[in-house]
Amino acid sequence: MKTRLAEKNYSRSRAGAHPSLKSGEGIKMEKAVTINRSPDEIYSFWRQLENLPRFMQHIESVSQRGDGISHWVVRTSHGKQLEWDARLIEDKPGQMLSWQSLEGADVDNAGSVWFTPATGGRGTVVKVSMKYSPPGGKFGAMLAKMFGDSAEKQMSEDLFRLKSLLETGEIPSTEGQPHGGA
Amino acid sequence: MRALCWHGKEDVRVEKVPDPKILNPHDAIVRITTTAICGSDLHLYDGFVPAMEEGDILGHEFMGEVVEVGSEVKNLKKGDRVVVPFTISCGRCFFCRKKLWALCDNTNPSAYESELEEGYPAAGLYGYSHMHGGYAGGQAEYARVPFADVGPLKIPEGIPDEKVIFLSDIFPTGYQAAENCNIQPGDTVAVWGCGPVGQFAIKSAFLLGAERVLAIDDVPERLEMARQSGAHTVTSNGHTFEEIKELTGGMGPDSCIDAVGLEAHGSTTDAKVDKAKASVKLATDRPHVLRQAIHTCRKGGTVSVPGVYMGALDKFPFGMAFGKGLNVRMGQTHVQNYMQPLLKRIEDGDIDPSFVITHRLNLNDAAEGYRTFHDKHDKCIKVVMNP
Repeated sequence: MKTRLAEKNYSRSRAGAHPSLKSGEGIKMEKAVTINRSPDEIYSFWRQLENLPRFMQHIESVSQRGDGISHWVVRTSHGKQLEWDARLIEDKPGQMLSWQSLEGADVDNAGSVWFTPATGGRGTVVKVSMKYSPPGGKFGAMLAKMFGDSAEKQMSEDLFRLKSLLETGEIPSTEGQPHGGA
Repeated sequence: MRALCWHGKEDVRVEKVPDPKILNPHDAIVRITTTAICGSDLHLYDGFVPAMEEGDILGHEFMGEVVEVGSEVKNLKKGDRVVVPFTISCGRCFFCRKKLWALCDNTNPSAYESELEEGYPAAGLYGYSHMHGGYAGGQAEYARVPFADVGPLKIPEGIPDEKVIFLSDIFPTGYQAAENCNIQPGDTVAVWGCGPVGQFAIKSAFLLGAERVLAIDDVPERLEMARQSGAHTVTSNGHTFEEIKELTGGMGPDSCIDAVGLEAHGSTTDAKVDKAKASVKLATDRPHVLRQAIHTCRKGGTVSVPGVYMGALDKFPFGMAFGKGLNVRMGQTHVQNYMQPLLKRIEDGDIDPSFVITHRLNLNDAAEGYRTFHDKHDKCIKVVMNP
């Protein structure tokens, strides 16, 4: 698979650009996790989109432009770099966020996250819904496999990492620990 | 440093590996002074535990001296002498706050895999496969201890390692098993398995007020050790149920502890079927002892399971358990709940846990230690090692 994606020019940013994913399209995934922090706290953390790489493993960077547009750089588990611009389409402080990639995205995608108080004073239920709609054709099918197979695992791990980060201040790790020769 | 590394079924080797480093702000590094081989390590040795990788460092019963602390560790300092619980717990999640330390949400880096296999990720454990976090274990010269502000127990000067090392796992495990029986005055408690955990379950049952403890095994030196703790022993020979029924006047014990777990041996038909099925992977665990416990326990009694199970059971007499209205309690030990109170028992002279030790080795001889322990050779009951 040639890296025509990496060669794409990403300096574009178009005011009034259209979301690239139509309602009802794409591969959809939902996951929820209960985190022992208030909805406001978690909303504020997530709203600072630059925080997303701290717990979303495949996101290399998100940079906000200040007009609701953000630029996302993602590296897939196969090492391919993908980029897109996205716009915040809904923002209710302390409650939910919704964003959608703009036209020209390497992978059309949309995401929403809701922050609702958990029962029993246990904190907040963070529910994430993500949609991916890869471009068509054989290349698209391969990309779908890349995202589809591991996407649910990815989302689950990302949410566990968010939970650990917010509840304990660190993410559990064994990277770099000693082990014997294979 | 030297560390004991897993390389496959019945293949463990002491190798030179890098020293551990602080990875997270709540970590500490401990220089290990005493470590031990656990009965559950034998499940790793026998290849019963999936998600192992060649080179994984084993060992979850260890203690030593703090040599380095991360930036967020305020309760420990360099030079402190600590026993480390085998459960890694963050202290801040729903489960830790309920004191269910072995069920911590935040210490398993491989949470997704664990969720698939077990339904929910549980706490990380030292040296016990990537299902339980893949943490390097403590059969080594040094170990990295995550959340050092939650787990390790400081040990005062003057108490030898051998008296306190088992606070890391098997003493709390035997004690929790006995505590789960909700022992009332006058009770008879039956303990299957007179290995080290069983021995501590026997002692703990008496500490918790049992009038009588029946201890079941077929290894003479283990039965003898149980007798020395005051237990009435039963040699398992295929007639255990009848014998215990008679010993309890037809009623059955008030509670039964399965301190054997998934690799149960037995000579009865169900045990033979278990072994056959496990060998062709039709079943994963061999619940021979669990079945006996359910069969033997009195109506309305408690079956308490510290013995490790990993997969699915076949022919589990759930109808019998239901018909008798049994309480069944199980799970990994919430070690942190017991370390301080049991240390006090040791300091008060109520118990000297070193009684289980039969073999003392240098870490360099660890492979031999595993072999000896596994084969119950040389009357082996518990192996401790010094790095």
